[in-house]
Amino acid sequence: MLNQNLKLNTKIFNDSVEKVSTRQGFGEGLLKVGGDDENIVALCADLTESTKTNLFAEKFPERFIQVGVAEQNLASTASGMAAMGKIPFITSYGIFNPGRNWEQIRTTICYNNQPVKIIGSHAGLSVGADGGSHQALEDIAITRVIPNMVVISPCDAIEAKKATIACAFTKDPTYIRLARNNTPIITTEDTPFEIGKAQIVFVPEIGLAHVGIIATGPILYKAIMSARELEKKGIKVKVMNLSTVKPLDENAVIALAKETKAIVTVEDHQIAGGMGSAVAEYLSQNYIVPIEFVGVHDKFGQSGTPEELEKHYGLDIPNIIEKVEKVIKRKV
Amino acid sequence: METLTDEKIKELKLTANNIRKSIIEMLYEAGSGHTGGALGMADIFTLLYFHTLKHDPKNPLWANRDRLILSNGHICPVLYATMAEAGYFPKEELKTLRKFGTRLQGHPHREYMPWLETSSGPLGEGFSQAVGMAIVEKIYGETKNIYAILSDGEHDEGNTWEAIMLAGKEKLSKLIVIVDRNHIQISGNTERVMPLGNLKEKYKTFGWNTFEVNGHDFWEVNNAIYLAHRNKISPSVIIANTIPGKGVKEWENDYHWHGKAPNKEEAEMALGELDGRL
Repeated sequence: MLNQNLKLNTKIFNDSVEKVSTRQGFGEGLLKVGGDDENIVALCADLTESTKTNLFAEKFPERFIQVGVAEQNLASTASGMAAMGKIPFITSYGIFNPGRNWEQIRTTICYNNQPVKIIGSHAGLSVGADGGSHQALEDIAITRVIPNMVVISPCDAIEAKKATIACAFTKDPTYIRLARNNTPIITTEDTPFEIGKAQIVFVPEIGLAHVGIIATGPILYKAIMSARELEKKGIKVKVMNLSTVKPLDENAVIALAKETKAIVTVEDHQIAGGMGSAVAEYLSQNYIVPIEFVGVHDKFGQSGTPEELEKHYGLDIPNIIEKVEKVIKRKV
Repeated sequence: METLTDEKIKELKLTANNIRKSIIEMLYEAGSGHTGGALGMADIFTLLYFHTLKHDPKNPLWANRDRLILSNGHICPVLYATMAEAGYFPKEELKTLRKFGTRLQGHPHREYMPWLETSSGPLGEGFSQAVGMAIVEKIYGETKNIYAILSDGEHDEGNTWEAIMLAGKEKLSKLIVIVDRNHIQISGNTERVMPLGNLKEKYKTFGWNTFEVNGHDFWEVNNAIYLAHRNKISPSVIIANTIPGKGVKEWENDYHWHGKAPNKEEAEMALGELDGRL
């Protein structure tokens, strides 16, 4: 059942659950902080509407810089603006930002330690029809490896809005990973949010859990649905929303591992280097339990509906359930 | 920018000579680093730090200081030597260049030396950072001048042209770029590695106010900066023709000195030559 303490969306199990994209949540969050603080500026590499940066651009045109299709300049120009005391948000698709401009992000943002907020939309297989060239499946890996960087992958539009607002007032270079499609609203305005804090969103009706599922991004919804199915089979599951991938909430991860002695990680990203890798790096050194990974296994994406792609690459509910059953068999 | 008197020029020449000596001493101590470009830019750095910039070495983070961004970070020995000469830190510290624990990293890093405006090195990026700073000056109505130093080889980078386009589009009149046109890069002559042609004309087509000067003539460079400041509608670029290795005859215009440091004999010979100029 849903963790009552978090005031999550009680309609999540209805077929008619409201769906909004995380990019929309970002756009609304940026608009909000833009009104709160005139030091907020936004720069976009031509994808103003796709990234929902248009909400800010229309309200605060004097603080919006259109740099054209030039992601390298996007990152470094923002670094210069941050050096003058501004808080820049830079927006494009994840494949280009932080993909195309990775070294600019490393050097001018993270090495210079400037509080630039990097917004990568259209991440994951869920982009669908655009195909593999535009499905960012490596962005968590390439951002979390850079010192000073904070990496956030919000689970829904409401959390994306909160993450956007929260990161505007930290000194840290931050990457926020967003998705294109409308996805179920999991949290509510009343759900607490803090960068770096994981939350257990789903708990067994009674007793301890047999397995812990750790998910990041909108695919958290599928992890919750899987847990509900597993509950019917008598398998007790706790589901964690690990929206901040870096810094890792080590206390929460180890507590879940100690309770369940088996972990499954779920993400719309390459298995190599992703959130699951971050969890495994930590647990392998501190508390060893069997771990199964749900994610893309060393393959590029392709065109298709998000559902077709999730099934093909093993990111759907039956596959999550299978991984949970597999990890239970591996428990010592 | 007040005009330069003959007396002031004489003083600047002496200062530049001292900075060249510091560059050779520190590179010799370090055993590696970039000599040619650093020597070639000694005159321009001298002019900037001892005449042009609004800055205060005793209060390095003064909020209203002009900003000087070194984009081609590999010539940082000239930046460090000039800053030491201006009083930002003791000249003795120059001997720590490139050594473990130093504030003077092989390429500039402001985490170690906070008086630097940026951490730099990878080419093209400092230019963009300067553009970002000038955008802030424009949209927030500020009055600081943003100076960026670029190499010519740096124009091989796509990032550089992205920055040129954006600065032209935004009409960043507080931005003055000085291009070290010394015609060398690490593999050889710029026109052989990747022809750059007439950089002045290229900038012009992107909406820039353009100048071409002898980068070793204090009066010419200062005059271009003066005229650049009078332009309130576009960014300015000063293509400064310089001689890599300038000051040590044997090293001048030799691309082998782009990326290497002098050994003991070479350093002694060079220092002797520079002493002879005083």
